[in-house]
Amino acid sequence: MENSVAYEKATELRLGLPGIDEPAVLSSVKNNKRPLHDEKSGENGKSAQNETAPPSKAQIVGWPPVQSYRKNNFQQAKKSESECGGIYVKVSMDGAPYLRKIDLKVYKGYPELLQVLENMFKFTIGEYSEREGYKGSDYEPTYEDKDGDWMLVGDVPWEMFITSCKRLRIMKGSEARGLSCSGV
Amino acid sequence: MPRRLASSLSDEVLEHVFSFIQSDKDRNVVSAVCKSWYEIERWCRRKIFVGNCYAVSPKMVIRRFPQVRSIELKGKPHFADFNLVPDGWGGYVLQWITEMAGAYPWLDEIRLKRMVVTDESLELIAKSFKDFKVLVLASCEGFSTDGLAAIAASCKNLRELDLRESEVDDSSVHWLSHFPETYTSMVSLNISCLGSGEVSFSALERLVSRCPNLRSLKLNRAVPLDKTANILRLAPQLVEFSTCTYSAELRSDVFSNLAGAFSNCKELRSLSGFWDVVPDYLPAIYSVCSRLTSLNLSYATIQSPDLIKLASHCPSLQHLLVLDYTEDSGLEALASNSKDLQELRVFPSDPFDAEPNASLTEQGLVAVSLGCPKLQSVLYFCRRMSNAALVTIAQNRPNLTRFRLCIIEPKTADYLTGEPFGVGFGAIVEHCKDLIRLSLSGLLTDCVFEYIGKYAKKLEMLSVAFAGDSDLGLHHVLSGCESLRKLEIRDCPFGDKALLTNAAKLETMRSLWMSSCSVSFEACKLLSQKMPRLNVEVIDERGPPDSRPENYTVDKLYIYRSVAGPRFDMPPFVWTKDEDLALRLSP
Repeated sequence: MENSVAYEKATELRLGLPGIDEPAVLSSVKNNKRPLHDEKSGENGKSAQNETAPPSKAQIVGWPPVQSYRKNNFQQAKKSESECGGIYVKVSMDGAPYLRKIDLKVYKGYPELLQVLENMFKFTIGEYSEREGYKGSDYEPTYEDKDGDWMLVGDVPWEMFITSCKRLRIMKGSEARGLSCSGV
Repeated sequence: MPRRLASSLSDEVLEHVFSFIQSDKDRNVVSAVCKSWYEIERWCRRKIFVGNCYAVSPKMVIRRFPQVRSIELKGKPHFADFNLVPDGWGGYVLQWITEMAGAYPWLDEIRLKRMVVTDESLELIAKSFKDFKVLVLASCEGFSTDGLAAIAASCKNLRELDLRESEVDDSSVHWLSHFPETYTSMVSLNISCLGSGEVSFSALERLVSRCPNLRSLKLNRAVPLDKTANILRLAPQLVEFSTCTYSAELRSDVFSNLAGAFSNCKELRSLSGFWDVVPDYLPAIYSVCSRLTSLNLSYATIQSPDLIKLASHCPSLQHLLVLDYTEDSGLEALASNSKDLQELRVFPSDPFDAEPNASLTEQGLVAVSLGCPKLQSVLYFCRRMSNAALVTIAQNRPNLTRFRLCIIEPKTADYLTGEPFGVGFGAIVEHCKDLIRLSLSGLLTDCVFEYIGKYAKKLEMLSVAFAGDSDLGLHHVLSGCESLRKLEIRDCPFGDKALLTNAAKLETMRSLWMSSCSVSFEACKLLSQKMPRLNVEVIDERGPPDSRPENYTVDKLYIYRSVAGPRFDMPPFVWTKDEDLALRLSP
């Protein structure tokens, strides 16, 4: 198994000069990160679909047919949205056909955030414990942090969470189970 | 021989009778009855509408109608709104203004859409028409606040100045201050397109306070919230109002001032703007909501629960423009509250995002089609649709006259069955017998065009994108749609055969636009030779089409009927069959 991992690493495409350690190696050494399931596992085809960020599309000129006047004015509106100092992140839930956006700055802590997520997507989150994650429901709230790792919501102090969270994902079912072990 | 009835009435009587006939279509029919009616009618026609400024020349219009008071002109094709028409294509108004300045000293209304208007044109208007009253520049460009200053300074009787969706350059002139202190005639002012530097707030306040007949006021974004309340208190008689920027946090003093100002406006029926609105301020407008017939929230980033609350206060709504933040739940609430709804437009908040960010599906539209019996006009952006939903909508609302559906991802299939949308749109054209405008989207084969050709007999405007399999699709439309005036097509496999077979049809239409289709330059030249009263313009920035290989297909094609012949202001990237360089004079 070690050999195959080494083979994978050697043939993996990456940016950077050869011989330099990959960042992935470094981050797994960081403590306190509860690793989620291997992103590359293709066991559950649906999960692979959901977790890969959609490839950025080459925009077709003039499509969708939104008037340039409207586009320009709305972009201004959205710019001022971020200028107001909010921390906007996208929230997705496995199985839901839409995403939402929330401003993390608005909430004072995890309980409030989780309540809002429950209301938004109409589901219940289980009881959180540091050792065992969320028990009592099929869903687990996770987030992608600045390093690109998927973490369980609640593992780090709130202030650290809102500054490192890039997007939220409410995972469902068996993948969520893969969060029970903590640390490497 | 007994005298014919037509000549037994004196000219004055006929002219008086004709003065009650306002519609262009009816006037055209009247003028075709006989020579004397033609003569009488042309002398008393006061209003002219020219749907394509290149279809006729200003001299020809002036020659036939010597006493016009009001003119409306349209320039660029509709797809210019989506950046498909390169800059410099045309649509210049200067020559029209120049000719009319000499011929129509009493012209008092000019309405332009998608035209290039320079400061020179505006200055000429200000100088030439002594009793000028109405200037509407919709989606125009090419002018600055200098031109506006000239209008403000000279047009003592100006009643309406509407710059909707135009692009105005800021020349740093305080143009509003150019309205003299003696000027009091403003009835309708729309400056919502102007940037922050272009409106002096104190000048605006003074203007509003001295115009007692002001009925419609649409402010630009930069006017802050507390100022809005002041303006409203100065003009409680407003019927239409566009609000400005809402500040980031709720301040109770600002809120109560605003709420108080709104509650004074007993005549207010239409509200728009709402840029950057914070939901906490919305209750300030509740006092006017019950009387509102028109609400434009399509720039407001407020979410569904706040929209639902707002809509529940507006039972008299006839026109609603909104973003997809309203979601299906918002539309369901609308369907149960607003039984007078005639027009619904739902715009996408994030059109370029691959993933949906709001729970808006076909269900919302189905709910509105069921709950709103007067619904006639729909513009709907969404990410999924089904044939079943379209059939339901068609059966619920056979009174639809305008149906524009944009499924955001091109060639998306019916999400339930994986099928194309022939059946769904077929139901729309079959049931909605008075449909005059239709925009298609999603996965579509030639089948849908067969339905359209068969049923859409009153259809005047059709927009098509990423659809069809072959020339047969285009042929169905051109041969079947008897009332078709405007056809715009992009990214469809339609080519020479359908076009050449239906050449005669093109002269019965205002225009045809085809881009990224399969039409060859040879066919364009042939069409142009066959049909001398069609202008066939190939728009291609890649170079002369003649120098290309035989199977080359043109980039963009714009065909329109014209009695004026080829135009003289074509830019280098517009190619016609004529190699005559004299046709490339600068505008």
